[in-house]
Amino acid sequence: MSIVGTRVVRIEDQKLITQGGTYVDDLREEALTGAVHAMFVRSPIAHARISSIDTSAALVSPGVVAVYTLADVDLTPPAPTEAPVAQPWLADGVVRYVGEPVALVLAEERYQLPDAAELIDIDYDPLDAVASIDAALTDETVLFPEVGGNLLQTHGGPFDDNAFDACEVVVTQTIVNQRVAPAPLEVRGASCTWGEDGRLTVWLSTQNAQLARSAIAAGLGVGKEKVRVITPDVGGGFGAKIGADLEVVVLGWAAKRSGRSVRWTETRSENLTSMTHGRAQQNTVTIGGKRDGTVQAFRLDVIQDAGAYPRALFLPTLTELMATGVYRFPKIETRSRAVATNTTPIGAYRGAGRPEATAAIERAMDLFAAEIGKDPAEVRKVNFIGPDEFPYQSPTGANYDTGEYAKALDKALEAGGYAELRAEQARRREAGDPVVLGLGLAAYVEITGGDAGGESGRVDINPDGTVTAYTGSSPHGQGLDTTLTMLLSDQLGIPMDKITIRHGDTDEVPKAVGTFGSRSLQLGGSAVREAAGQVIDRARRLAADLLEASPDDLELNVEQGAWQVRGAPSSGVLTWSQLAAQVSEGELSADVWFGDGTPTFPFGAHLAVVEVDTETGKVVLKRIIAVDDAGPVVNPLAFQGQRHGGLGQGTAQALLEVMSYDPDGNPTTATLADYSFISATELPDFELVDMATPTTRNPLGVKGIGEAATIGSTPAVQNAVVDALAHLGVKHLDMPTTPIRVWQALEDARK
Amino acid sequence: MRVTIQINGQPFSDEVEDRTLLVHFVRENAGLTGTNIGCDTTSCGACTVLLDGESVKSCTVLAAQADGHEVTTIEGMAGADGELHPLQRAFREQHGLQCGFCTPGMIMASASLLAHNPKPTRTEVREGLEGNLCRCTGYHNIVNAVMEASGQEVDR
Amino acid sequence: MIPAQFSYRRASTVDEALGLLAEHGEDAKLLAGGQSLLPLMKLRLAAPEVLVDLAAIDELRYVRLDGDEIAIGALSRHQDLNGDLVLAEHAPLLAHVAGFVGDLQIRHRGTIGGSLAHADSAADLPAAILASDGVLVVRGPSGERRIPAVEFFLGPFTTPLEPDELLTEIRVPRQTGLGWGFEKFTRRAIDWAIVGVAVVGRSVGLINMGGTPVRARATEEALASGASPAEAGALAAEDTSPVDEPHATAEYRRHLARVLTTRALTTAAA
Repeated sequence: MSIVGTRVVRIEDQKLITQGGTYVDDLREEALTGAVHAMFVRSPIAHARISSIDTSAALVSPGVVAVYTLADVDLTPPAPTEAPVAQPWLADGVVRYVGEPVALVLAEERYQLPDAAELIDIDYDPLDAVASIDAALTDETVLFPEVGGNLLQTHGGPFDDNAFDACEVVVTQTIVNQRVAPAPLEVRGASCTWGEDGRLTVWLSTQNAQLARSAIAAGLGVGKEKVRVITPDVGGGFGAKIGADLEVVVLGWAAKRSGRSVRWTETRSENLTSMTHGRAQQNTVTIGGKRDGTVQAFRLDVIQDAGAYPRALFLPTLTELMATGVYRFPKIETRSRAVATNTTPIGAYRGAGRPEATAAIERAMDLFAAEIGKDPAEVRKVNFIGPDEFPYQSPTGANYDTGEYAKALDKALEAGGYAELRAEQARRREAGDPVVLGLGLAAYVEITGGDAGGESGRVDINPDGTVTAYTGSSPHGQGLDTTLTMLLSDQLGIPMDKITIRHGDTDEVPKAVGTFGSRSLQLGGSAVREAAGQVIDRARRLAADLLEASPDDLELNVEQGAWQVRGAPSSGVLTWSQLAAQVSEGELSADVWFGDGTPTFPFGAHLAVVEVDTETGKVVLKRIIAVDDAGPVVNPLAFQGQRHGGLGQGTAQALLEVMSYDPDGNPTTATLADYSFISATELPDFELVDMATPTTRNPLGVKGIGEAATIGSTPAVQNAVVDALAHLGVKHLDMPTTPIRVWQALEDARK
Repeated sequence: MRVTIQINGQPFSDEVEDRTLLVHFVRENAGLTGTNIGCDTTSCGACTVLLDGESVKSCTVLAAQADGHEVTTIEGMAGADGELHPLQRAFREQHGLQCGFCTPGMIMASASLLAHNPKPTRTEVREGLEGNLCRCTGYHNIVNAVMEASGQEVDR
Repeated sequence: MIPAQFSYRRASTVDEALGLLAEHGEDAKLLAGGQSLLPLMKLRLAAPEVLVDLAAIDELRYVRLDGDEIAIGALSRHQDLNGDLVLAEHAPLLAHVAGFVGDLQIRHRGTIGGSLAHADSAADLPAAILASDGVLVVRGPSGERRIPAVEFFLGPFTTPLEPDELLTEIRVPRQTGLGWGFEKFTRRAIDWAIVGVAVVGRSVGLINMGGTPVRARATEEALASGASPAEAGALAAEDTSPVDEPHATAEYRRHLARVLTTRALTTAAA
């Protein structure tokens, strides 16, 4: 029986549960013995001119090896990529967000760093801060006068004034998709050492060593071959550890300048202001249609707060791409604008552009349903793209592969007991219960592997018959080692314990893209599968020679891991180890690149059930029922784990999390005591419902599952909170649905 | 000052600054890097160890305060023969970990929780782990793992 | 984050602690469980030159019945109190509230004396002690003095404790048979209370409704005149001055104080 599709506990876990992972800060490599420790001194002010920096006192503080400012850094300034401006290596006369690196301190011991950092005297002349999208759009204060204004990118539009003329009902709402912090439990860290061969080795907590290597080499102005990046265990990334942040280039430079190996681990408070944030969109939806529930036109107007130094301007356009979600709308219009503000730069965060699209359309569907007085489930069903319409070319330019959207919603409604829940809701309302019930739906489709890149995979059968596979994917918690091992074991007929998966070292895997955008299994997994397929083809020919048979007559008995002549078992068998021992090294090896950049489109439906205490405003998530369809499942254990994690983060955004700034651009949630990172106590058990619709776009039939549940759960919970309060006159509530927000909305509705 | 702490049954003695945090003593002086640091405000619980048998956040205890006391870390949970602690087994079996960064602290906190309450309800497990943050799992399987380790049935 | 440098001294007896305080004066700070002080020091919001660790003073870790009063050693940890049978019988409010402080790890280290001496208005135990008509026993170079809880919380993080004094014991009247209730309103379980209420008998202590824990006097007076929980609870925000913050405005806090007080009184009356 095939192991694929069965629940397999992870091979990664033995070490993690007995001695813990080996994260960057845990490395005890010989090359790092005697390394200096590094700390960035960061701006405490959102927008200011630096009038002077005095490092003299810090330089004589105990243990200090060096203090560097931009004046010391003899590197070419970072090249602007997608935005017209790029963040300098260290602040260049002006700071533009709290957390921007201004100076770098190196000291012999970790404990000496904050002592020295306190002694660096930096004079800031404060400038007016742009702390919100609204402030940015006025252009009263401009971050980059050379660009002309705070508007950095416009895409799509203009809008047709008559777009909604034929509609019986039109609803418009501005929806804030608030800024959140990715907050992987392991903060950022790196260690750098230059070898005698003139090569830089960087151990980096990253989602993709190869992209990091390119960024570091480019920043340092050296060839890629001069940089080796090694990824140790990584304590979560969620999109915010893609590539290498500019701090890492500065550390590599500092290692060279100081002639010392350098170790760096940021603090959590640094992490919350200096690692990129996610979301941060303000979206205005307009939805119009008939009173029977048919939507005729939808408009999405996106404003992306890009932060101080834009670096992910693909986010708002990706939101536009996915604007219509699972629905067939006759008319659709989108536009996006991105503005600079004096806040932490925005980057990818679990979902990256798609949760914003889904939240916008799914709130819009509920607003429309409420306006025409119909059940939101019914209105959705009227507008779904039908199962016979795939592949479906969306009006915004996406080509959906496969989907059964109505079926997914029906499964969620049935598993949740939707009708009974509605009855319970009505009972409570009737009885005047101060604790009201709310039901929220979200039907979603998202895009995975949507980055137009492929992935590398290499499989070697070693002379002893064991397997070493190299993947360009870079798992950091997803359990991909186990998943790939299962696939290889199944395909080759070699036991899992004889298979080793390698990743994350650019010397071993020179060409790769890495892990983000839920791409790893469909691209990295398919690459390894194709490589193994090629190895099997080669093995067939080699075994045929040895067994003196025709390759066409040879078959791989995967139960025994042996080659045999079809229908003539007595003519001999060759196990993988026998075969490997008899061929030249490298003959049973294949190195492939998989993928033409065609994405896949996972989908699903979530039903959230909340209780709201109308006296205090407190929301309690009672249930969340999730149908997440990403095609066939290799390891249900890891698949469910990804969904659980997505539900945790997605519901956290709806209920609690927001990275806040005051009007002067000071972050007010810059520690984990202030930032409402969700805990076990605020979450219910999750209810997962299975559904598997394969894609035609890769040999495994799989789509990505890393972000799906995040995308569905956020609007489901938000819709549930609004639904709970609907009978009291509340039509919309922005996230997070904190107690004060709910109470305020109820107060406003009472007036 | 000289600090001597019995860690996982073995004495570790070193000359440290008075301000040394227990977590740094464990990681740097004793070389046991399983215990992680996830925040600077006593919020996340990644650094949880047992001090005299009770869970504490080792980023908020001075090594000096632990001088002469006993500490247990994740490295001390399995038996000398390598036999896993029931919590370790259950975390693996129930997929209670993904990236693994919160896991040592989560397991130590769970050990203390079960010492107080050997047969907790799922709600009690959630409340008992309020001081341990995980970004990967959504906590569902962590609750499963603690329930399984307490010898209770788990319906996945 | 790492604290600024200091020198660590460990006291094994009350006299030793007082001696160290006398020696170092205002440069010294007492360290009980450290769960409030060490986080402040790590963020460098506090930087004492000398820390006097009290944790080894076993003589201050007890709960005992003393006539009509319960005596609680100042170094009793929250978890000690939460599980204490004497407290559960004679001052159940305190045993209950101790179980809500921080999280389990913090309750394993944090002490009642440390919490009271820190005098954070957002903390749980100060309001509970206030509602319990507690008396704080303080030792200094000139001997012992007793400070009623109502006179102990002078302002935010401010108490009448002199730099050379040590809080040694908390005494509360036996609450046997009195109704009690506790409400703590937070966003997340681990957060400080946005507002909280501790009720025992007809005494009501409010958490985070001003710079110090306060008694809801108007509510108490109404109760004395026979008001219902709802009527008395409606007066809970009288004469309070809660902090106005974006995530919890003063108006919202006043509203919560009324709702939570009504609930706690209802529980106490049941």
